Amino acid sequence: MEILTLPFIQHAIMAGILSSIACGIMGSLVVVNRSVFLAGGIAHAAYGGVGLAFFLALPPLPCIIGFSTFMAFLIGALTLRKRQRLDAMIGVLWALGMAIGIILTDLTPGYNVDLMSFLFGSILTVPRSDLIVMFLVDAFVIGTVIYFYKEFLATGYDLEFSKVRGVKVAPLHLLFLVLVALCVVITIRVVGLILIMALFSIAPYISERYSRSLFDMMIKSIILNLFFVFLGLYLSYRFDLTSGATIILVAGSFFFLVHIFETCLSLLKG
Amino acid sequence: MYKRTVIELDHVEFSFNKAPVLMDVNVKILEGDFVAIIGPNGGGKTTLVKLILGLLKPTRGHVLLLGERPEKTSFRAGYMPQYATGEKGFPITVLEAVLLGRLGLTKKGPFFSNADIQKAKEVLGLVGMAGLFKKKVGDLSGGQLQRVLLARALVSDPEILFLDEPMASIDVGGQERLFDLLGRLNERMTIVFVTHDVGLLSKYVKSVICVNQRVHFHNAPEITKDMSRLLMAESCPMELVAHGFPHRVLGKH
Repeated sequence: MEILTLPFIQHAIMAGILSSIACGIMGSLVVVNRSVFLAGGIAHAAYGGVGLAFFLALPPLPCIIGFSTFMAFLIGALTLRKRQRLDAMIGVLWALGMAIGIILTDLTPGYNVDLMSFLFGSILTVPRSDLIVMFLVDAFVIGTVIYFYKEFLATGYDLEFSKVRGVKVAPLHLLFLVLVALCVVITIRVVGLILIMALFSIAPYISERYSRSLFDMMIKSIILNLFFVFLGLYLSYRFDLTSGATIILVAGSFFFLVHIFETCLSLLKG
Repeated sequence: MYKRTVIELDHVEFSFNKAPVLMDVNVKILEGDFVAIIGPNGGGKTTLVKLILGLLKPTRGHVLLLGERPEKTSFRAGYMPQYATGEKGFPITVLEAVLLGRLGLTKKGPFFSNADIQKAKEVLGLVGMAGLFKKKVGDLSGGQLQRVLLARALVSDPEILFLDEPMASIDVGGQERLFDLLGRLNERMTIVFVTHDVGLLSKYVKSVICVNQRVHFHNAPEITKDMSRLLMAESCPMELVAHGFPHRVLGKH
């Protein structure tokens, strides 16, 4: 238990809590809106922001926030115009964002070891300054979702009906994408870009089946994410493994266990 | 007595991917009417309703709902679609789903007011769903879901009520009860409902719109010669038999 007194462990715990909350809330919205691929596009395009930050020697987090918000608007503009082959367009931005990130890092003199921490996450090296940004973004995401909860619920459940009721669906959709982008940014530190989608989709996917309301689903997703993050963190410490990958492995195993459990249950019921 | 015009379509045309769905639609509906929109599947009935509600934009011509562009006034209407567009597994309770009908009237901010909740419960009682507030919508039967969608349309006390195939998953007894309820509601609101089944022109219906790419409006609850010609032109003839309440559907030819 004495490891809990180490500052970097305390930072890791704080970062884990903050990302679990943000991903539980936004992941639920992403899953019920069937936008997992869209969120994946924003998450990976955000890598362009990482490259940009290194290239211009700017502080990474604000730079990624700016870049991924820009990407969110771009994707939002494409979705709102109901472009055909939207999934293919998102694929293009997905690949392009990552490519820009890699090229910009290539052009930056000297290899940056830190880069890996954005790909796979490094919850054990989260600096205090990042924690503050994470905290502010978390507060913003929570506040915004609570304020527009009715509208998010309405558009997720029945988009056409929401339009008839006078809900401004276009600005709300953009807001949703920006919140996803912000959420991606604060999760990057914890599990990294490549594995972000798991925190976004696994817990909400499991929770949805056991929830009667969206709010219920968000709370359950947060609890599950916390469980994944801390069990993963403990195991990675115990067996000296990469923390981000261990967290996702825990989540993934849980996902399959739930499936096996449910299959057995339905077989038993005949 | 003067009655205001609640729906007006003026030379409206709607095409989807350059294929015409509706052509030259001219319809005027007055306050207090009880309109049945009939026509074959794929004839453009739902499209017509969506144009009136502003969910679709006409390719040509213009639409007025309650005297203004539908985008401005649609929140004063009640809308019961055939299905909710969300997935069946969506985590939402019956009460929450009905409360969504209060959007546009309720105040901004995170929560619905107690008045909203009271109203939602009252309307759920009206459609016979009292006591099922807390049930997950995904666990309801088809008929129960339709009653929830009806409650959601009624909870805003609309001036005009649109129902798209409201009888689809209801048995005959249920259909009669629903018509009786609509008949009572018609005393304080205009009602427009879509059906593909001409047999469902009940005693409450006051006028008929027949849609099959072109549109005929008839200010009486019967199918005119023009209408039957419009319907028969398709290779998909409709069942032109009235059942239930003794009532003439076909006009004298």
